[in-house]
Amino acid sequence: MSPKMQNTVRLTLSYIAIAIACVIILYPVLWIVGSSFNPGDSLSGSSIIPKDATLDHYKSLFNTAESDYLLWYWNTLKICIITMILAVAMISCMAYAFSRYRFVGRKNGLMTFLILQMIPNFAALIAIYVLAYITGLLDTHFALILVYAGGLLPMNTWLAKGYFDTIPKELDESARIDGAGHFRIFWQIILPLAKPILAVVALFSFITPFTDFILAQVILRSEEKFTLAVGLYKMISDQFGNEFTTFAAGSVLIAIPISILFLSLQRYFISGLTAGGTKG
Amino acid sequence: MEATERQTKHRKTALALSIIPGFGQFYNKQILKGLMFFILTVSFAVAFADLINIGLWGIVTLGEKLPRDHSIFLLTQGIIAVLVILIGLVIYFLNLRDAYLNGRNRDLGIPLNSVKEQYRNVTEQGFPYLMLSPGFFLLIFVVIFPILFVILLSFTNYDLYHSPPANLVDWIGVQNYIDIFKLDIWRDTFLDVFSWTIVWTFVATTGQIAIGIFLAVLMNQKDLKFKGIFRTIFILPWAVPAFVSILVFAGMFNETFGAINNDILAAFGIDAIPWLTEPFWTKVALILIQFWLGFPFIFAMVTGVLQSIPDELYEAATVDGANMWQKFRGITLPMVLFAIAPILITQYTFNFNNFNVIYLFNGGGPAVSGQTAGSTDILISWIYKLTFTSAQYGKAAAITMILSAIVIGVALWQFRRTKSFQEEDMM
Repeated sequence: MSPKMQNTVRLTLSYIAIAIACVIILYPVLWIVGSSFNPGDSLSGSSIIPKDATLDHYKSLFNTAESDYLLWYWNTLKICIITMILAVAMISCMAYAFSRYRFVGRKNGLMTFLILQMIPNFAALIAIYVLAYITGLLDTHFALILVYAGGLLPMNTWLAKGYFDTIPKELDESARIDGAGHFRIFWQIILPLAKPILAVVALFSFITPFTDFILAQVILRSEEKFTLAVGLYKMISDQFGNEFTTFAAGSVLIAIPISILFLSLQRYFISGLTAGGTKG
Repeated sequence: MEATERQTKHRKTALALSIIPGFGQFYNKQILKGLMFFILTVSFAVAFADLINIGLWGIVTLGEKLPRDHSIFLLTQGIIAVLVILIGLVIYFLNLRDAYLNGRNRDLGIPLNSVKEQYRNVTEQGFPYLMLSPGFFLLIFVVIFPILFVILLSFTNYDLYHSPPANLVDWIGVQNYIDIFKLDIWRDTFLDVFSWTIVWTFVATTGQIAIGIFLAVLMNQKDLKFKGIFRTIFILPWAVPAFVSILVFAGMFNETFGAINNDILAAFGIDAIPWLTEPFWTKVALILIQFWLGFPFIFAMVTGVLQSIPDELYEAATVDGANMWQKFRGITLPMVLFAIAPILITQYTFNFNNFNVIYLFNGGGPAVSGQTAGSTDILISWIYKLTFTSAQYGKAAAITMILSAIVIGVALWQFRRTKSFQEEDMM
């Protein structure tokens, strides 16, 4: 076989493999989009490109009398944004303290964080449930936000601390000589320079609660408090098949904005995960 | 020599007097600081005396009389009491340390700080603590506290029949752990669930890693066209929130209306497969779904690594007459695996605890008669079921402990080999 032939064979095989992969990836996506336009409630007799496409299911999702979907969307965004703000504020403070100061208990603190980040925070889900129950915080967004924010701290503090360590200390020192206080150095010098890592931390802090199912399922009880993950699950588990097309429309409306957000910010995710994975 | 021996008295006296907080500072003539230590200790003792008293009694007995005592309330109060005592001990230790250090300074003839200097010291050294405290308080309440609670719960008989307020909960030592390994019904279920968890973790994770590496290498060929658009498509399963994809797959695999049986398999003339009712096929479906969900992450990571491998390596290999497979085995694979090794291990621990895919796809089912776990339940989803459907809190906590021990063991083994532990500032 001549080298040129070999090349052609290699490329053809590659394209075939890639094509198969693309079909497998895209088929479920097209199927759910197709289902969401499918008239009627069930899928029996439907095809991937519906003959008489309808927007009814989308309309019924937006009809607040008929569905809690918009409420779930609002709940989710609210929880995610508050969690994000809370987490970023606490993480940047802690990372700054760990990175710039040498104080009694620092080493133990860092070690505690390292060990805590190994335990997924839903491992203690019985405790979270029982504690939320006896403190009367069951079925509140407040409890959920606290649990999310707390769970984000250990890993992301390490991540941010690693980045803060790379900002030269000479900057702080010269600012200190110029008479800047501790907080001012943090606020006016370190934070602006740490924007890239803060963006990564913010992204994680937003997306983690958004995609979480288990904690929300444990804590939230009443339907008007649900997040999207729990709501969507309820939609499908209560009347499986009967409301599938509406569920499909609901899925599409979640998947599109999040995918766009994700794809446009992908490199931040990758940089954050690489740093997190190799640095601990 | 004699002089120094006589002088060491200061540090010893100050330390001894500090057994009553503040008095060591008085001895060192630091009246204000001494007063602060004294008042802090007294108010601490007064404010928390009741809590500590009840808490310690409660955590030991878990209640004695119904309906007055609620065991779980008492347990939580007990944990709070222990945490409060720990904080108290830290303050007490600081008091002793301060008296000792200042006493030593006097022995060595170093002048002590004035009140003004002390104030500056506190603000100066207190700053990092101030920055840490909000995060730490949150951590204590939502992370550390629940962990302590689960640990303790695993030594109680808290379940449907021993559940407050109607009944008391008791300490039963390691009986839960013994039951899990000794009682037939628990042991069989545990072994079933555990072995499937291991199989699931290894097959699903290894598969997604292999697919991710394969596609990344494929896509890294220089003469391939439309790379940008293909890469975006390959990342797509990662971009869509997993809970959405899993629920969609649950629909696709549905036996009555799902597309897999009705459209795809039918097109090839294959009979419908019982995806949700036959354990074997549910397992196959779960693993396939996890391949779909998991490979893009590996793909993205490996793509990054591949772009950093210098071309010269491959050129040199070509000159030496290596074929494509040899180049892959000799250069690409080792470099990729080395670079992403830590990430690979987290992938295994992630799937070990991958509640979402198991629970959302088929609820851990199909059910097994006479067992609390379904046939595709992994440890974490079994724990969930024990807690929320059969109210076996004590057993669930014990299994959580076993699960956590495994995860922490793997993680420690991994982190020992990474930079974090070797960084100078950890030493």
